[in-house]
Amino acid sequence: MPVMNIKDFSFTYPGVDSPSLKNINMKIRKNKITALIGPSGCGKSTLLRSMNRIHDLYPGNKYDGIIELFNTDTNEMQNILDIKKENEFIELRQKVGMIFQKPTPFPMSIFDNVAYGLKIAGIKDKSELEGRVEQALKDSVLWKEVQDRLSKSAMGLSGGQQQRLCIARAVAVKPEVILFDEPTSALDPISTGAIEELLVELKKDVSIAIVTHNMQQASRISDHTAFMYLGDLIEFDKTENIFLNPKEKQTEDYITGRFG
Amino acid sequence: MEKIFRNLSLSSASLVFIILLGIFITLFLASKDAINEFGIGFITNPNWNKEVSIDATDKSSQSAQDFSLEDDFLADDEDDMILDEDDAILDEDDMLFDDSIKKTFTDYGALVPIVGTLLTTLIALIFALPIAMGIAVFLAEIAPKNIAAPISVAIELLAAIPSIIFGMWGLYYFAPIVADLVGGYQVSLLTAGLVLGIMILPFMAAITRDSMNTTPDVLKESAYAMGATKFEVIKDIIFPYSKVGIIGSIILALGRALGETMAVAFLIGSIFALPTAINSPTISIPVAMANNFGEASGLGESSLFYLALILFVISFGVISFAKLYFLKGAR
Ligand SMILES: Nc1ncnc2c1ncn2[C@@H]1O[C@H](COP(=O)(O)OP(=O)(O)OP(=O)(O)O)[C@@H](O)[C@H]1O
Ligand SMILES: [Mg+2]
Repeated sequence: MPVMNIKDFSFTYPGVDSPSLKNINMKIRKNKITALIGPSGCGKSTLLRSMNRIHDLYPGNKYDGIIELFNTDTNEMQNILDIKKENEFIELRQKVGMIFQKPTPFPMSIFDNVAYGLKIAGIKDKSELEGRVEQALKDSVLWKEVQDRLSKSAMGLSGGQQQRLCIARAVAVKPEVILFDEPTSALDPISTGAIEELLVELKKDVSIAIVTHNMQQASRISDHTAFMYLGDLIEFDKTENIFLNPKEKQTEDYITGRFG
Repeated sequence: MEKIFRNLSLSSASLVFIILLGIFITLFLASKDAINEFGIGFITNPNWNKEVSIDATDKSSQSAQDFSLEDDFLADDEDDMILDEDDAILDEDDMLFDDSIKKTFTDYGALVPIVGTLLTTLIALIFALPIAMGIAVFLAEIAPKNIAAPISVAIELLAAIPSIIFGMWGLYYFAPIVADLVGGYQVSLLTAGLVLGIMILPFMAAITRDSMNTTPDVLKESAYAMGATKFEVIKDIIFPYSKVGIIGSIILALGRALGETMAVAFLIGSIFALPTAINSPTISIPVAMANNFGEASGLGESSLFYLALILFVISFGVISFAKLYFLKGAR
């Protein structure tokens, strides 16, 4: 079952003549990991950033087509490109979280970082906050490392810990989807391994879209893979098909490293 | 090569300390007479260049005077002769017949200018801080580029206006308006403080804007991606992130406000009297020095140096306090 359905989607940055994404059709399936791969500049980040409309922080972008998100209240798909009001954007971003390439801990304590999304969503009850922070940190396999220093600044954590903290922060608000844009490319292999395990764990509760340059990573953890090239979606299929049995020549060239 | 560079930068850095120390020592030596004369009680003494009888000073102040009574007379006479040349003959005449004159003494104390300096600075800060933050937030986060650019230029121009122009403008145009609104004198603590506030405003706004602009986009984006509103991003991300820069701007502004002379000289009233209300005239340390150095000599001059030393210590103290206190909190 898809939680997000992208139909005939094109995207143009302001001041750029040609669209950076052309006619994309793909789905993010529920409780699955969908990987986006492709050479640098092919539009992976652009696509990911359309899915929570974070592009809209900057004026002048042009969207065409439809990106649907499953609305759990109405049990219907809803086109997120129709969103115009601030409160709808807030709702969208609570449902579709995002993790960036570099860890982005906020300048506050570890606890406050994880509680942040809950607090701005209006949860004030202290014991509820504590419970959900603890749960989110356990879900992100960070609890053991930070339980004694929750009130310390998040800046003191290692890069890998910071990234797991950001994941905990996103998980805490119980989103439907989390978008990861190269979440491990700034981390060492051990931290990367920890995050990969974490993602596989997390897909029980949340659907995941991940951009990665690491082919092994995509094949290890993802269920579906989309290969993009120059703003086009070349091939979208189950991961094993993409890696073992690609239909398109370009896909095969890319995954075998014979590209360009 | 590296060694030369290291030594060069080291010596530039130590130069700062040498200058700082040099100024302190010079001030200290020049104010030695006044320090011996009035001791630490100088700070709490509201008199300035005032003839008081010995009995009165004995009662009101410090022990330092008691054991240096002899000196008092010497310094005193000298001072009087030069300050009041016309009266000198008269004084001498009087002295011949009347020894009660020997019991008067020119008293100097720093309380009034200290209070005036601290209060004008405080008013300036209270007035400027929220406005500067508002301008900075507007420029860094809210205004589109084509609006932010001309406002930024205007702010930089405001910072470039010489202080004497602020003083004149304040006296002729601003002070009457303030006096109309709150009553009282046109020249007062309040008008001086407000104009001082306007003067430090552009510094605080510009530095704060710059440090807000250093907040990484991705940090703001990750807050928005949590569902934060613009207001929440400003409050929870941008302000904490740029805290150090904001405190820096406050410290710079404090330094400027404490030492500002020209504009304040126009507006504060230059009266050696403790302010009884926010709109009463008084004097600040730099203004007292600028107004009185020309004709000062002897103990009067030494007292002015003592005043300068106090300003030095206040500035130093306020700024170190601000740095230590706030930066510790920032970590
Ligand atoms: N803000 C922008 N304005 C204009 N063009 C942009 C902007 N951001 C990206 N682009 C262009 O859009 C295209 C897609 O960029 P995008 O960042 O999505 O690539 P990517 O696949 O994520 O690459 P990478 O693997 O290097 O992160 C590129 O050609 C890029 O130059
Ligand atoms: Mg990218």
